[in-house]
Amino acid sequence: MFTAAASMSALGLGLGLLLGTAARRFHVEIPPIVDEISECLPGTNCGQCGFAGCTSAAEAIADGSAPVTLCPPGGRDVALQLAEITGTDADLSTEGEEAIPLIAFIFEDHCTGCTKCFKRCPTDAIIGAAKQIHTVVSDACIGCDACVEVCPTEAIVLREKSKTLRSWYWDRPDSAGTPVLQGDAQ
Amino acid sequence: MTAPTVASGPHTHAVFNVTRTMFAVMICLTPATVFGFAQFGLPSVLLFVVTVLSALVFEIACLAVTGKPVKRFAMDGSALLTGWLLAMTLPPWAPWWVGVTGSGIAIVIAKHAFGGLGQNLFNPAMVARAMLLVAVPVPLTSWVAPVGLTGGPDLMASVAITFGGAPIYDAVSSASVLSTLKSGLDAGTPMLDILHQSDSIRSQFVGVMAGSLGETSAMLLLLGGVCLILLRIITLAIPLSMMGTLFGLAALAHVIAPDRFPPPLFHVVSGSAMLCAFFIATDYVTSPVTSKGRVIYGAGIGALIFVIRSWGSFPEGVAFAVLLMNAATPLIDEYVRPRIFGRTRAGKPLELGEKP
Amino acid sequence: MNLSSIAAFLNPVNLFSIRGGIHPETRKFLTADCPIEEMPLPKLLRIPLQQHIGAEAAALVKRGDRVLKGQLIGKARGPVSANIHSPTSGTVVAVGEFAAPHPSGLPVPTVTIRTDGLDEWGPRLPRLRPEMASPEEIAAQVAEAGIVGMGGATFPSAIKLNLRDRYPLTTLIINAAECEPYLTCDDRLIREHAEEVADGAAIIAKALGVEEIIFAIESNKPQAAAAITPFNHPLGMRLQVKVVPTQYPMGSEKHLVQMVTGKETPARTLTAELGVVVHNAATAYAVHLAVRYGEPLISRHMTVSGRAISRPANLRVRIGTPVLDIINHCGGLTEDPERLLLGGPMMGQPIATQRVPIVKGTNGILALSASEARKEEMLPCIRCGTCVQACPCGLTPFEMNARIQSGDLDGAARVGLMDCVNCGCCSYVCPSNIPLVQGFAFARGKLAEKQSRKHQQEETKRLAAARTAREEAIAAKKRAAMAKRKAEMAAKKAAEAAAAQEATK
Repeated sequence: MFTAAASMSALGLGLGLLLGTAARRFHVEIPPIVDEISECLPGTNCGQCGFAGCTSAAEAIADGSAPVTLCPPGGRDVALQLAEITGTDADLSTEGEEAIPLIAFIFEDHCTGCTKCFKRCPTDAIIGAAKQIHTVVSDACIGCDACVEVCPTEAIVLREKSKTLRSWYWDRPDSAGTPVLQGDAQ
Repeated sequence: MTAPTVASGPHTHAVFNVTRTMFAVMICLTPATVFGFAQFGLPSVLLFVVTVLSALVFEIACLAVTGKPVKRFAMDGSALLTGWLLAMTLPPWAPWWVGVTGSGIAIVIAKHAFGGLGQNLFNPAMVARAMLLVAVPVPLTSWVAPVGLTGGPDLMASVAITFGGAPIYDAVSSASVLSTLKSGLDAGTPMLDILHQSDSIRSQFVGVMAGSLGETSAMLLLLGGVCLILLRIITLAIPLSMMGTLFGLAALAHVIAPDRFPPPLFHVVSGSAMLCAFFIATDYVTSPVTSKGRVIYGAGIGALIFVIRSWGSFPEGVAFAVLLMNAATPLIDEYVRPRIFGRTRAGKPLELGEKP
Repeated sequence: MNLSSIAAFLNPVNLFSIRGGIHPETRKFLTADCPIEEMPLPKLLRIPLQQHIGAEAAALVKRGDRVLKGQLIGKARGPVSANIHSPTSGTVVAVGEFAAPHPSGLPVPTVTIRTDGLDEWGPRLPRLRPEMASPEEIAAQVAEAGIVGMGGATFPSAIKLNLRDRYPLTTLIINAAECEPYLTCDDRLIREHAEEVADGAAIIAKALGVEEIIFAIESNKPQAAAAITPFNHPLGMRLQVKVVPTQYPMGSEKHLVQMVTGKETPARTLTAELGVVVHNAATAYAVHLAVRYGEPLISRHMTVSGRAISRPANLRVRIGTPVLDIINHCGGLTEDPERLLLGGPMMGQPIATQRVPIVKGTNGILALSASEARKEEMLPCIRCGTCVQACPCGLTPFEMNARIQSGDLDGAARVGLMDCVNCGCCSYVCPSNIPLVQGFAFARGKLAEKQSRKHQQEETKRLAAARTAREEAIAAKKRAAMAKRKAEMAAKKAAEAAAAQEATK
C-alpha cells in the first residue's frame, strides 16, 4: 500500500518536474500580433473604440482585454479579420450583417465655417476653409463622430449612407417563401 | 388597384413544377401498374393501396414531427410516388405488413432522417426494397404465377392473403425468371435447358410471367419511359447508358461462355431492369446533375446489375446497384462539371483562338 | 412543353444551337402584326439624367427654361456617360429627383418638361455624309446624339464604335434576335424601316472599319429576314442575313457571336477580342437618324403587351413618357397585373408604380396577368439538375444557390457566379420555383459592396497616413522655426550684451 502510493507520488513528481523544466527550457515566444492587428485597423485614431488611438486598441485586442468588434468604422469586415488573427470567435450579433454605414452630414444653414470639424477629421473628408460652409466627401467619411462632437453649432449629424441606383441590389430571397423587396417600392 | 409584385425576374415560368412532374411520372407508370393488377388479381391491388397509403401517412407524420408545412409538402406527390415505386417492386401477393414496413423504411429512414425532400442521398424505394430483401427474404421471394384479375382469388380470399397471412396455395406459387436462372445455374443445369424452362424472351417482354407487381411488363414500362423522355421529364442519358452497359456486358459474357451466361436480351427484359432504367435510376434527387455524370452513373448501375446477377448471391441486383451508385453521385457531381462558357475545363479563361 | 417548343425541337435550323437555353412560349403573336404607331405627346415628360451605364449627365437647364426639341439638356460627364436631349419643345417645370424606372424606385436626378404641343425643333446636329465621313467623325456624332445600346444594356454606343483603335475588328453583327418573349418592336422596326436599319448598320461598320455585316435574326421572324435581305449592299458593304434558331437567350451577346461565327469569347473579355462587335438593330436605326439627319436619340420603338393590356401595340414613344400615359394610350389595363415590367418577361425590370418614365433602354412595357406569370409556391431544391441542363453558360445554379443560402458568397463566386449572364433560364425551368436569379443578384451586389468597403478601408488608411504625415511635417516645421527663432534671439541677445559691454567701456 505504502510502496504503491510512494512510487506513484514519486512518478508524478518526477514527470511534473520534467514537464516544468521542459516548459521553461523550450519556451517559445508568442509572436507579437499587435503589428498585424494595427495593420487591419483603419489607423485614423478616431477614438470611437474608447482607446487613445489605433495602436493602443491593437494592444488591447492582442492581450484579450478588448473585443474584436470594437472598431465601428471598420465594421464587420475588420471584426472578421481580427477574429481570424486572434483566433477568437467574432460575436457579430450586435454588429449585424446589415449594419448600414453612417456618414456625416452638415446642415449648411447652421454651419459658421469655424473649421473645427475640418481640423479634427481623421480622413480629411471635410472640405472647406475658414468662414466658408463645409461639406463632407461621402466616399472618404468613415462616420467616426469626431466632427459631431466638436461642432459648436450642432450643425453636423450622422446619417445613414443612402442607397443609390449603383449600390442597390436585390435582397436575399427569403429561403422559405416569396422574395421580399428591399427598401420602399414607392 | 393592388400594386403589382416587385420581384426579380424572370417573370414567367415553365409549366412543370415538382408536383406536376411527380404526377406525370405516375401517369407514365400507370399502364404497367394496371397490367400488374390485371395479371396478379385483387391481392396485388390491396398491397398497392396499402403501400401507397401508408407512405402518405408516414410522410404526413414526419412532416408534422419536423414542423414543416404539412399541406404544402404532403401534396407534392413525392411520397405518393415513392410508395408507388416500392409497391411496383414487391411480390404481388406479399402480406400487408411488408408494404407498410417498406413504406416506413422508405419515408422515415431513407427520406426524412436525411432531411426530407431533396436531401436524401439514397433512393428511398430502393433502400426499402433492399432492407426488406435482407430482413424478410421469404415474403420478398414468394412469387405467384399470373392468374388474371377474374381468375384470381375473390375479394374475401384476397383480403385473407394480404391481411390474414393465408398461405399461397401451391398451384399459384411460382418462381421468377431470375430465380429460376440462379437456382438452375447453381444446380448445374445447362443454360439451354434453363432457358427452355423459363418464359420466352417475348413473353418476358410482354410481361406474362411471375414477378414483382409492376416489373413484369418490359413493354409497358418502356412505353412509359418513352413518354417521360418525350415530356422531357427525363433525358436519354441514364436509360441508354444503363441498358447499353448491361446489354454490352451480357453480350460479351454470352459470347465467351454461352452455357454460363444467358443472352443479353434476357438481362434487359427480366427483373426490374426496365423499371430501374426509366423510373428508378432517373430519380432526380439521387442521380447526378450533368449529362456526362448521368452516363457514368447509368453505366455504373448497368455494370453492377450484371455483376450482381452473374456472381452475387441474390438473383436480382437492381436495388443494390442503384444504392451503390447513389453513394457515388456526390463524387460524380463534384468531379464531372459542365464547362463554363468562355473557360477551359480547369476554369481558366480560354486563350484566344483556343478550341474548348 | 407546348406546341411551339415541339415545333422548335423538330425544326432543322435548331439542330445546331447554343448550349442549354430554353424555349419559352414566345407570345409574340399578340403584337407581331401591329404596325408601329406614333404615340401622341404626353403633357409631362420626365427625363432621368441617368439612362445609361456610367456617370449621370449634368443638367444644363433650370426651372422655367424653355427648351426646344432636340436641345441638349444633360451633358455627358466623364469618359462613360451619354448626352440627354429634350424630346420635344416645352417648359422645364422641375429639375430635381424623381423615382427611377427601376425595381428599387430610388430617386434619380430628373428634368421634368411640360410639353407645349408645338414640337418645335431647335438646331439639329450638323448632318454627316457617311460616304465621306471619317470613323472619328461618325463616332463623335453618335456620342453627341446621346445614343446608347438600345437592346437594354444602355452602354454608350460611341465607346463601342471607338474599339477599332484597340482591337483588330473584322465583323459587325447586328443583333435582331429579339429572343425575349412578347417583344416585337425590333421585328416591326426591321419590317417597316429595313433600308434605314441597313444603312445604320453600314454607318456603324464604317465607324468600326469593318467590311462584313451579319444580320442575325431568329428563325421565328421570317418576314423581318425577308425585309432586310434586299438591302444587302448598304454603302457598298456586304450585308448578310443569318437566321439563327429560336431559342432563349440567343440575343445574349457572346452566345450570339458563338452561334454566328462559331467562336467562343474567352471569359472576362469583350467579343472585340475575336474581332467581332455586336450592336442592336434599334441602335443601328438611331445611328442612321443621328448621322443622316442630325437627330439625337429622343424617341424609341417599344412593345406594349401582356394579357392585362387592353390593346397590345408597337409604339414609337418619346423618351421620358410616363408608363401610365402609354398604358392609357393602349386602352388601359383589363385587370390588375401580377407583374408590371419594363422589358421582356425574362430579364425585364419590375416597377411598382406607373408614374415612372420610359428611358432609352426600355424596349417594352408588359402587364402580365397571373396566368402568364405562373408564380407558384417555392419548394426545396430536389437537385434535379434541370437548371444545369438549361444554363447557357455551363454553370451549376443549384449549387451556387445552396452556397449563397448558407452564406458562402465567395464559394458561390468560385463555382462561377461571376460568369452568370442573368438570363434567367434556371429560374424559368426550376420545378421547385426557387428564385435563383434573385439570389445571384443579391450575392453579386453583396460581394461588390464588400469589395467597395474594402477599397474604402484602404483609402481611409491612406488618407489617415497622409494626414499624420502632414501634421508631423507641420509640427517639424514649427519646431525648426522655433529653434531658429531661439537661435536668433540668443544671437541678438549676445550681440546686445556685447554692445552694452562695448558701451560701458
